[in-house]
Amino acid sequence: MTAPPPAHRFTRLGRLVMDRLNAGITPYVVSMLYLGLGTALVYANPRSLLAFLCFLSSALLIYSLDMDRRAKIGLGVVITVVLMPVIGIRNISYLEVIFQISVFAALGLGLNIVVGFAGLLDLGYVAFYAVGAYLWAFFGSQQMFLLHEIPGTAPAGTPFFLPPDTFYLFVIAAVIVAALAGILLGLPVLRLRGDYLAIVTLGFGEVIRVLANNLDKPLNLTNGPQGISPIQRPTLPGPLLDMLRGILDPLVGHPVSDAEFYNLFFYLVALVFVVLVIVVVRRLDDSKIGRAWTAIREDELAAVAMGVPLVRMKLGAFAAGASFAGAMGVLFAASRTFVSPESFSFMQSIGVLTIVILGGLGSIPGVILGAAVVTILNLQVLQGLSLYLSELRQSDAVIPLINFPWRNLSNQLDPAKYQRMLFGLILIIMMIYRPAGLIPAARRKRELQKHPEDEVGAAAGGDTGASSAERGASHGGK
Amino acid sequence: MAGSNGSLLRIQGLTKRFGGLVAVNGMEYQQEEGSICSIIGPNGAGKTTFFNTLTGLYRPEAGEIRFHGRNLVGLRPDQIAARQVARTFQNIRLFGSMTVLENIMVGMHTRLRQNPLAVLLRSAHFRSEEEEAHQRAMELMEYVGLKGVGNELANNLPYGDQRRVEIARALAAQPRLLLLDEPTAGMNPRETDEAIALFRRLRDELGVTLLLIEHDMRVVMSISDRITVMDYGQKIAEGVADEIRANPQVIEAYLGREGAGAA
Repeated sequence: MTAPPPAHRFTRLGRLVMDRLNAGITPYVVSMLYLGLGTALVYANPRSLLAFLCFLSSALLIYSLDMDRRAKIGLGVVITVVLMPVIGIRNISYLEVIFQISVFAALGLGLNIVVGFAGLLDLGYVAFYAVGAYLWAFFGSQQMFLLHEIPGTAPAGTPFFLPPDTFYLFVIAAVIVAALAGILLGLPVLRLRGDYLAIVTLGFGEVIRVLANNLDKPLNLTNGPQGISPIQRPTLPGPLLDMLRGILDPLVGHPVSDAEFYNLFFYLVALVFVVLVIVVVRRLDDSKIGRAWTAIREDELAAVAMGVPLVRMKLGAFAAGASFAGAMGVLFAASRTFVSPESFSFMQSIGVLTIVILGGLGSIPGVILGAAVVTILNLQVLQGLSLYLSELRQSDAVIPLINFPWRNLSNQLDPAKYQRMLFGLILIIMMIYRPAGLIPAARRKRELQKHPEDEVGAAAGGDTGASSAERGASHGGK
Repeated sequence: MAGSNGSLLRIQGLTKRFGGLVAVNGMEYQQEEGSICSIIGPNGAGKTTFFNTLTGLYRPEAGEIRFHGRNLVGLRPDQIAARQVARTFQNIRLFGSMTVLENIMVGMHTRLRQNPLAVLLRSAHFRSEEEEAHQRAMELMEYVGLKGVGNELANNLPYGDQRRVEIARALAAQPRLLLLDEPTAGMNPRETDEAIALFRRLRDELGVTLLLIEHDMRVVMSISDRITVMDYGQKIAEGVADEIRANPQVIEAYLGREGAGAA
């Protein structure tokens, strides 16, 4: 029924290796070496996917090794703030990958509150993302002056409604607006459970998308299917850029353009968001609020009988989850300078849900890893594979074993078209072998020894036993 | 201390229907503060429904529940819990994949004052309250006779221990009235004896008023100040152990009319 106990997470060989790796200063040496190797590889081969994966996996290695928490955070900062910008500007698609991972990680963590903690299946989560995105798209573009225009007929010289730096204000506004939307969705569905809840949330997600699609008349609020563009980005401080250019240009090997700086900027902002989201989620989880959510997930009836107010806590879960999506929506709109209803389809909701379930329902590090794996699979690995296969089709190569030339393969059997199928296969295999996710959720272990001053009798019990002495193994954020 | 009529709990004409079935039918009940009472009755007599109505899980069609003189009818279950009425369940309902300590801490929900802002900012007050809650959860866990299992998932505990955790979780709400629904079901005789001792301690040391639904007559007869017998949703008898033992109506309810005639 439940997940296998953590002892079986590694095979015996794996455990042996991990024990060796975690002895003394070995983890520090190993992680530094691995990180150094990854960095050198990516720096030398900016186009190599394997090198980039090696670099990224060093972060995972640092996370999973037994090291001082400060050392882990320090290395994390070095990777994200020092190494990644250089690597990312040498190959801008890497910054884009990390940006998307961050966005999906934050979305996943938000959905994780609703689905993972409180156990309320939400299939329309992307609606809140759309709310945030359209909020900034409307106020951060010229749309305010185009209310009576037909979509696509903006007169030249239309001014922008608000200055670009109100972006930051709108991040906060989106948190509030999305939270309200979450409550709005929550109110009618509070009595529903399981399948029924899922269907209603699915409908809600579609309603928001259809609204975005059709609110170009009578008042042109969303510009319809065409979407809103251009949306402003916050201004970058000129003097700081000049200073950064001085450092980055020689490292990168070419003069860094403004567009690249914007990529860097959004990458950093997304990262800050993710860190904030992690902090918020962890704090919520480790409080009476988080315990109440989990209690509701485990047994709603028992929870309410213990004094957990169901309505308030469920609405709270919806609101908290939605607020992250709202903030990420603003960031998304600004980074793309364009939003359209297509970005908020049902498949997006499913994508975020996939991340949460693949990573580990209720597990913060799991969701982040899930976001990374899914994004890299979609953007890098599977695309790379498709590209490779279509190159084969243009060459004279033959399929091994059956000696059939790739070139003669009919169009319907084009392997490049099977990208999604491969993705699905990977998901199925994952769910069979790791049903609790990549990093299954673990309950927090608490100190079981009482404070010496308020317990005299504790010594009599003599519970210095090995099992009870497990210390708090709360993980670092990343 | 007690309510208007000197009773902690005073129930009048309580009726709960499910469609055509009257599960609780004009139930009258009173209990003094600091007493241990039991409700017995054949299966389907409406005992658990009575509990569920009392704790707000069901809304009664008629009647009045006065706890400390204040009416509980119409309140939500969590509001009733906040008024210091706690309960356990017939078929254990722990939060299975939470640890024992977390289970107990959920029971403190109405007692903890932390608000979302304090949670997000980790204010000093929040941290000290959490620390206190944790300490209290440990104490409660040991009070009900569990040691060193605080970090175990509730699901992984043996049955008897799960019952104890459920009682600790209910105690965490600092109840004045604790409703125990078949608390010794499935326990072996030794565990049952420990449970009886625990119930006495709850009353004597913590001042909790206890109301049990119980099938084990050994428990009922040894622990109850008063016993109430329910059948077909109604109270058919009430009194001390000896009175109940000798009551022909009770014998009839348990053994059936023929059985009673034969006996």
